[in-house]
Amino acid sequence: MPADDVMIRFDKVVKRFGDNVVLRELDFQARPGEHVTLIGPSGSGKTTILRLLMGLERVNGGTIQVGDEYLSHMRRGDKLVPADERHLRKVRRRIGMVFQQFNLFPNMNVLRNLTEAPISVLGQPREQAEARAKELLDMVGLAEKLTANPAELSGGQQQRVAIARALAMQPDVLLLDEVTSALDPELAAGVLDVLRDIARSTDVTLLCVTHAMKFARDISDRVLMFDGGKIIEDAPPAEIFDSPREARTRDFLQSVIET
Amino acid sequence: MFDNFELFLTTLLRGAPLTVAATGGGIVLTILLSFVAGLAMLSRSRWVRFLARVYVEGWRGTSEVVQLFWIYFAVPLLVGFQLVPLWAGILVLGLNHGAYGAEIVRGAVNAVPRAQHEGAIALNLGPAQRIRKVILPQAFVEMVPPFNNLFIQLLKSSSLLSLITVTEITNQGVQVLVPNYTGQALTIFLIMLVLYLILSLVITVVMRLVERWAARVAGRPATARARVTGELGI
Amino acid sequence: MGGWDWGFVSQIMPTLLRGLLVTFEATLLGSVLAFALGLVLALLRRAGIPVVSRLVWLFIEFVRSTPLLVQLYFLFFVLPDFGIRLSSLTAGVIGLGVHYACYTAEVYRAGIEGVPRAQWEAATALSLPRHRTWTRVILPQAVPRVLPALGNYVISMFKETPLLLAIGVIDLVGAAKEAGAGAYRYVEPYTLAGLLFLLLSYPAAVLVRRLERRVGH
Ligand SMILES: Nc1ncnc2c1ncn2[C@@H]1O[C@H](COP(=O)(O)OP(=O)(O)OP(=O)(O)O)[C@@H](O)[C@H]1O
Ligand SMILES: [Mg+2]
Repeated sequence: MPADDVMIRFDKVVKRFGDNVVLRELDFQARPGEHVTLIGPSGSGKTTILRLLMGLERVNGGTIQVGDEYLSHMRRGDKLVPADERHLRKVRRRIGMVFQQFNLFPNMNVLRNLTEAPISVLGQPREQAEARAKELLDMVGLAEKLTANPAELSGGQQQRVAIARALAMQPDVLLLDEVTSALDPELAAGVLDVLRDIARSTDVTLLCVTHAMKFARDISDRVLMFDGGKIIEDAPPAEIFDSPREARTRDFLQSVIET
Repeated sequence: MFDNFELFLTTLLRGAPLTVAATGGGIVLTILLSFVAGLAMLSRSRWVRFLARVYVEGWRGTSEVVQLFWIYFAVPLLVGFQLVPLWAGILVLGLNHGAYGAEIVRGAVNAVPRAQHEGAIALNLGPAQRIRKVILPQAFVEMVPPFNNLFIQLLKSSSLLSLITVTEITNQGVQVLVPNYTGQALTIFLIMLVLYLILSLVITVVMRLVERWAARVAGRPATARARVTGELGI
Repeated sequence: MGGWDWGFVSQIMPTLLRGLLVTFEATLLGSVLAFALGLVLALLRRAGIPVVSRLVWLFIEFVRSTPLLVQLYFLFFVLPDFGIRLSSLTAGVIGLGVHYACYTAEVYRAGIEGVPRAQWEAATALSLPRHRTWTRVILPQAVPRVLPALGNYVISMFKETPLLLAIGVIDLVGAAKEAGAGAYRYVEPYTLAGLLFLLLSYPAAVLVRRLERRVGH
């Protein structure tokens, strides 16, 4: 695969917390615009993969690339050295993340949650940032909540604002970590609709961790079954959901359906 | 017993401007030092953290009276010029309480949930922007009640300035009134104590307003607060 | 002028150490008084007599809102008008003890109220007698929470004992002041006094912090 055809590349990535080895030489890639879903048992390390990509954790081995740049490392001469903060920030610019618990800033109203980073990080003029914020809020169905405070919104509304906030930074890659698992089913449905819409109408690369299997089937180009620190199955959704090759995948899907 | 009440009151009140000036000046310096040292203790540079620690532990570990006498009596012999008593007093009040305030700032910043830091990182805000735009606005509200206690301690400490000839309230009472009106000490002291009580209440009332403002800044719905001063383990 | 004179240091050291003993004495006696009186105040507040607990609350707030120095002068100048003559040190210890009792009272209260209501209810459900509930259930849970806070107040009191020099007690700082005034050299006495305070209070503070962490407060 030529380099310009890869948006995310994990190469033998190792991640440990103390003695707990979470990623064991993990390899995987995603192409630009591809929609990839990660599934796997609780505690297997799915969140860790996303946090590594966001630069919230550091790798213990291997490399991560975003586009043609290393995230965890930078080139110095022809050697690779661990990335410093400046390099990390430069690569991070291409990535956005939506958290399970939304993580909206309670000290800013909805509009400022969306415009703060575009203005102070991307240097956009205020009018431009606000116009874009309004478009995005319209897209997630919250145009009327412009001046509301996060505390005044329902969980589902907060999560939709968080999605809009991440998109306002115009990321190439959007990371979604169980974005509906803190929500009641009715509220979750609204959020998933918004995400379906985004998957259909934008060319952002999606890397998504979810337990909502129907949603995963709808939006994914590929589903990765992750367990024991490695990817054990990598296939289109129809294949992985209807005729999984691996016994562990079967067991896992069985247990998800039962609960 | 209340024959000279008015005389006592006016004499003591003549000390009030200096008490207020010392306390106000001390509070301003305290706030400044608290934020500088408190944020320095959270710095990524080991040296900055170390220096802030030395300041905080050094000033908390010694007695305020010693600090005052040291600045007022010893330092002039070392540097060759005498500080005006009021300024020496404000300096010590600020340096001493700033060391305590630094821990308040550090604690409040640490109390902002990790998720908020990470939310800010995910939007690629830089370290200074994260602190200024996301963390501090949420931390203020946590700082207000302990700062209220600290400022009342500072007001109380301002009476030490009577020991270095600042003619604030305590000095007026002990140097001017007590020696000249024997047998009437009770009245003099009751008035004095009530004056301090009133000033404490003023601080508390102002801080309640500040807290309401801080809660709004943090985006929290205002809560009725019944926190008692000086809780366990400060 | 200035400079550091080791000869002078060794000359005043014995005086300073004698002053330090007085500082210890005042802190020790003051702490005992503060612990005991604080407990009395805390119990009076809980006794369930509204007038009493209201008055105790007022007293506590009043003492905490006014300077210890003024309270010391109060004891020293006012009591003689009523025929009560106390030595400087006695007046000082009472001043420290009463002032800090108003802080320890809150510590006790918070310690007792920090034991979950359910613990009382469980003890009642087991029909433990009242004194057993206290000695076997409540105090064992309250005391560990209370200890670090009390420790912190002892350290604070230690650092505030120099105020007693204002009413004539020759404590560490009082001794430093006299030694300095005698020779018109203040650098050594006050620097040494400061270092002695740091040397004693910093390790104590570290110990209390460790205790605090162990208790998991
Ligand atoms: N900061 C951390 N410190 C120590 N261990 C951690 C840390 N973060 C994660 N872990 C451990 O790493 C492992 C993987 O955690 P991770 O959150 O990535 O799992 P997950 O697949 O997202 O699980 P879930 O489906 O429950 O969200 C777990 O065993 C967890 O305990
Ligand atoms: Mg997870």
